[in-house]
Amino acid sequence: MTGTWLIRGARPLGGEPADIVVRDGLIDSVGGDGGAPAGAQVLDASGLVALPGLVDLHTHLREPGREDAETVETGTRAAALGGFTAVHAMANTEPVADTAGVVEQIWRLGRQAGHCDVHPVGAVTVGLAGAHLAELGAMADSAARVRVFSDDGRCVSDAVLMRRALEYVKAFGGVIAQHAQEPRLTEGAQLNEGEVSGRLGLTGWPAVAEEAIVARDCLLAAHVGSALHVCHVSTAGSVEIIRWAKSKGWRVTAEVTPHHLLLTDDCAAGYDPVFKVNPPLRTAADVAALRAGLADGTIDCVATDHAPHPVEDKETEWDTAAFGMTGLETALRVVQAAMVDTGLLDWAGVADRMSRRPAAIGRLPGPGGALEPGLPASLTLYDASASDTVDPRAHASMSRNSPFAGRVLPGRVVATFRRGAPTVLDGKLA
Amino acid sequence: MNRHLISAADLTRDDALLILDTADELARVSDRPIKKLPTLRGRTVVNLFFEDSTRTRISFEAAAKRLSADVINFSAKGSSVAKGESLKDTALTLEAMGADAVVIRHSASGAPARLAGWVRGTVVNAGDGSHEHPTQALLDAFTIRRKFGRSAGPGPGRGGSAPGGALDGLRVTIVGDVLHSRVARSNVLLLHTLGAEVTLVAPPTLLPVAVGAWPATVSYDLDSALPKTDVVMMLRVQQERMNAAYFPSVREYSRRYGLDGARMAQLPEQAIVMHPGPVNRGVEIAAEVADSARSTIVEQVANGVSVRMAVLYLLLGGAEAQS
Amino acid sequence: MPAVDPSHPSAASPSAASPSAANSGAVNSGAAGPARDTPAARKAVLAAAEIRRALTRIAHEILERTDGAAGVVLLGIPTRGVPLARRLADRIEQVEGQPVPYGSLDVTMYRDDLRLRPARALGRTDVPAAGIDGAVVVLVDDVLYSGRTVRAALDALHDLGRPRAVQLAVLIDRGHRELPVRADYVGKNLPTSKQEVVRVLLTEVDGEDAVVLSRAAPAATASTGSGA
Repeated sequence: MTGTWLIRGARPLGGEPADIVVRDGLIDSVGGDGGAPAGAQVLDASGLVALPGLVDLHTHLREPGREDAETVETGTRAAALGGFTAVHAMANTEPVADTAGVVEQIWRLGRQAGHCDVHPVGAVTVGLAGAHLAELGAMADSAARVRVFSDDGRCVSDAVLMRRALEYVKAFGGVIAQHAQEPRLTEGAQLNEGEVSGRLGLTGWPAVAEEAIVARDCLLAAHVGSALHVCHVSTAGSVEIIRWAKSKGWRVTAEVTPHHLLLTDDCAAGYDPVFKVNPPLRTAADVAALRAGLADGTIDCVATDHAPHPVEDKETEWDTAAFGMTGLETALRVVQAAMVDTGLLDWAGVADRMSRRPAAIGRLPGPGGALEPGLPASLTLYDASASDTVDPRAHASMSRNSPFAGRVLPGRVVATFRRGAPTVLDGKLA
Repeated sequence: MNRHLISAADLTRDDALLILDTADELARVSDRPIKKLPTLRGRTVVNLFFEDSTRTRISFEAAAKRLSADVINFSAKGSSVAKGESLKDTALTLEAMGADAVVIRHSASGAPARLAGWVRGTVVNAGDGSHEHPTQALLDAFTIRRKFGRSAGPGPGRGGSAPGGALDGLRVTIVGDVLHSRVARSNVLLLHTLGAEVTLVAPPTLLPVAVGAWPATVSYDLDSALPKTDVVMMLRVQQERMNAAYFPSVREYSRRYGLDGARMAQLPEQAIVMHPGPVNRGVEIAAEVADSARSTIVEQVANGVSVRMAVLYLLLGGAEAQS
Repeated sequence: MPAVDPSHPSAASPSAASPSAANSGAVNSGAAGPARDTPAARKAVLAAAEIRRALTRIAHEILERTDGAAGVVLLGIPTRGVPLARRLADRIEQVEGQPVPYGSLDVTMYRDDLRLRPARALGRTDVPAAGIDGAVVVLVDDVLYSGRTVRAALDALHDLGRPRAVQLAVLIDRGHRELPVRADYVGKNLPTSKQEVVRVLLTEVDGEDAVVLSRAAPAATASTGSGA
């Protein structure tokens, strides 16, 4: 049973201060006249921005198989501390989440841990091998109620297979989330192909490898009348293609990671693999286009692509290091730095891009994604005036591969509530 | 001068000239009966070669030994999937051994930069992936300087010597697989620093996408570049590139970009032909050209020892420089 | 040769360290004003004419002691030992009518104080074609001080060949030896304190001939003097 809470003086979506009353797991009132209901616990939230609980469409929890990097327990702790009340766990585990059995296992682990909702993503192809469709229907019907399918980590590059997958999920309202990376154009690729890669002697990863697949899949989705979600958009060209596809009324949605909103390929100059990621960091022009795309809604949401790796996979020379960056605990802070503090997006916009839209794309059951009476009380309280230096050693994630280590970022998640029960209070796990 | 020599960009014009002048002086040690100087006595230089390269390793070894340093050779023939922890663990072992300098050759671009973060000694890059090979560029510049009469020599000035000049105004054409060549990258940087005019000639597939930002002119046509150059530097072309569709066949590559006798005849009279080695006779360079009087291929090898002695002396021979 | 030059103003107090004592000859030397106003006030100790005479005398001494410079090779230690060696060679050739081989011997790589400063540029080593085996090598330097440069030069010679004998000619001997080294030919003995700096200026390098004495700047140490 969840208690009754009076969250005093919060600023819903960054607006005027208002008291929020939470009762029986639901938002009871917003902006009442300040009377504390009987037996209510009081949380002084003066000055804090209140957002609906954040939803991450793209996280790697690594369990089963890579528990040396992260587990559902540690990953969901990190998520809660980052203000998330729901995460979608990608399927590239060991074994791959391509059957009802594995997705249900992950779903149960999430419930047991209890820090945030875990919605497993189902693989599109068996073993992520790109050859045969996985049992998408069985995964959709399982207790995990999978609606988002992705081979993320790999691209579904076979055009026919991608077409079939797009068609097949129409039966149960699913969506294919494509990791757009033309494999032949990116063999051995290490870093965005450009001035920096040429100077550093690292095999280039051309923007066209992403854009060509994005264009193809938008056309395919339109042709068969299905929904496409584009994972981690990273280039200006991709933003333009998606903008064009949306203008045609096609059902295309897209996400961008926090790191692609802030960092460029110049970070690789010292060859520190903490900056090695798939898709790679690109140029300043790409960052500007991604910010503009998120601001105008061409890009629907921010998704962390939280990719934890153990030290030995990152403390190497660049070529042999693993791709990926952690991101759950820094996401909202990076979005504040890149979008809010630059005037590109207000807090209402953040709520839309980090809660309402990802919940809609993920086809999450039940109402939510807003701070309104009658909706589930899943919300995040955030101190936008705080600021400190990021120290991955203080993170709840098991892994330390954050590209923001040592950087000053604004903001601090103070509390996270999930359906009326606090998962984080005063910046610590409740 | 920087504590490490990882990229040719680490060297200012004065740094580069100091190395070349010092190499001029040290070159004469090889003519003496006792080819040894006591300067690095008691210092330990480790040759950390993850890639096979007998020629470069021997060159560094000779250079260190002629300065009386102790040399330890570490040859780690890792497989292509060797995990990087070998590099870090190796670095920690070298620290424990008290290596004053580590000369590293590795197949991964950036390995020396990573190593420099893990060891206290001086790191000298002997070639990292496709990134750089700064001592090769230095010995190439040294060779060019000698051939065009700009070396340090006797004179009325300080120490009875006249310092050598730079390469201002000399035209250098680099031909071949620029995309994958660490020799090309280091040479473009250093030649530019020393005032030379650099032209790159290659098929479009073997040029980096952003080569326009490099301090060099680019051409796809070898024949039009040859009559207007003082130095032709041929890069080695690997036959495996043919399988990755960089060029259709060795024959076509050689026909369009190989330096044969006929092309050599198009060179101006004073022009020289260089190659970092090892040479693919008949592919990028014809045997008759490699063996001709214009070719400096053998000299480059000899100059390598003097230049590497100069580098080791200047990095290790004095008080520790700031990094 | 005289141990102390009677014309030197500080002859009466060879180890004078106080500014006023060092400055007592200011009138004679033409230095501008008291030492405490200009910390590195220089005082000329030898003028061009005196240098010329000293070199002529040394050339004659070499001829006397080496039986007409038979088998002699003059090797100047860079920087200023080199033009001095050339001048001596010229004088010897003028007197004897026979050229005497001369060259330069850089000792940087053999110094014992390399690790105290960043690596230094090398001077030129130019040994005459006939080499030094069996020769009488006369090392030539501008100032003899601690003797460490000469020690390094002896090590350098050792790697170049086996001379029959090694002698040392210096323009100035300023005392304060730290090693058992002595010069065979001295232009002038100049008692100094360790706080003082002796500089030899030569036309070929500095545009004028002079030997000047000045106070060391507070940060300078004895080993930064031009001689060793």
